[in-house]
Amino acid sequence: MTAKADPPDGDPLRSDRGTSQLDAGMRLRGRDLACVRGGREVFSGVSFGIEAGSLIKLRGPNGAGKSSLLRLVAGLLRPSAGDLDLDGGPEDVPIAEQAHYVGHLDTLKPALTVLENLGFWADMLGGTRATAGAALERAGLAPLADFPAGILSAGQRRRLALARLAAAPRPLWLLDEPTTAIDAAARDRLFVLIHDHLDAGGLVMIATHDDLPVEGQTLQLGAAPPGAGA
Amino acid sequence: MSGAALALFRREVRLAVRVGGGAMMGAVFFLTVVVIMPFAVGPDLNLLQRVGPAILWVGALLASLIGLDRLFQADHEDGSLDLMTMTETPLVVIVAVKAAAHWVTTGLPLVIVAPVLGLMLNVEPGALVAVALTLLVGTPGLTFVGAIGAALTVALRRGGLLVPVLVLPLTVPILIFGVSATGAAIAGPMSISTPLAVLGSLTLLSLVLAPLAAAAALRLALE
Repeated sequence: MTAKADPPDGDPLRSDRGTSQLDAGMRLRGRDLACVRGGREVFSGVSFGIEAGSLIKLRGPNGAGKSSLLRLVAGLLRPSAGDLDLDGGPEDVPIAEQAHYVGHLDTLKPALTVLENLGFWADMLGGTRATAGAALERAGLAPLADFPAGILSAGQRRRLALARLAAAPRPLWLLDEPTTAIDAAARDRLFVLIHDHLDAGGLVMIATHDDLPVEGQTLQLGAAPPGAGA
Repeated sequence: MSGAALALFRREVRLAVRVGGGAMMGAVFFLTVVVIMPFAVGPDLNLLQRVGPAILWVGALLASLIGLDRLFQADHEDGSLDLMTMTETPLVVIVAVKAAAHWVTTGLPLVIVAPVLGLMLNVEPGALVAVALTLLVGTPGLTFVGAIGAALTVALRRGGLLVPVLVLPLTVPILIFGVSATGAAIAGPMSISTPLAVLGSLTLLSLVLAPLAAAAALRLALE
């Protein structure tokens, strides 16, 4: 599904997969993307481009296709038209394997401990035990490391899901309403995490109804209906 | 990638043995089925000896289907399966590792309790190990074939009963050679080696082909 239409612009520094350094000069582009789900066209003709170190906010009313677009970039949905490129990364690695996707589901097992949950995803997504521990620390969940994830509150579950971002290095972050249910302190921590990621040359796509204290372009999906709050 | 596979295996085993995981459910069900059989058939030792292999294998077959419907469904419902497709580990490997872990937590206990249950079916003490051996060779095949059914029904909320309906016809060859190997071990007259070799080849075939089929079914279901 990755159609390499044209050669990467600039001079991308290639590195082997699995290194913790992000590739400089990465660039994600979508051209004329369309998505059909259950026979209904969710969106069509969506184009965007993100450079390394920048962020794009997805805006739009409920059902405009923000989540669908993120899932589409994550390779979890197939675009019905258009194409997606991630230039400047290692070759022949699908976008899905270079991206973190934090969706509405927490992907946690209540029977496993907090650290076991995060450690598992760190191992699967290319991180290590050490990065998992550090990520847990950053998420403020270290005191709960040995408790089963089943006892966590909704906000803590969300923070544990978001801790994945720091547990394994991946250049593209796809965040679907990441601030749902988390408190102000955790929101600030998330924004710091996003800032650091952008500073390191990462790319972020974020769907949110919140105001973000992070600079970035906005991609409006679907016409905002008159009178509806954004 | 091998690190990821190992992490997945460890996670699956942990989930199975913890509260609500249902690791021993299969063995307990197996025990129940085999124990009620002598009550149903009656205290005729010769008859028990004759139907013993069939009882053991039907019991093992049904027991190995327990919990199979949740093999992928649980990960599908909490979004884990989506994330797994975003890792470097190919889906085929993920399916194979999950099925292998499922066998270790549900199939292996069947093999271990089989000699004890054989005593109830008037199996000669010398043949008890051979009975366990046939289950050891055959049950991985059952689990891996079952993974195809589990993958096909991953998106169905009430797919629990559909898995056996889909899977049981596919397990008939394993059942036939499993029973004949067990029968040969218990009563003879032919040697156990021929049916055991066929049983082994059926299991090896399913170890290779079932993950491919199940991964293809999962990809369809996840679209």
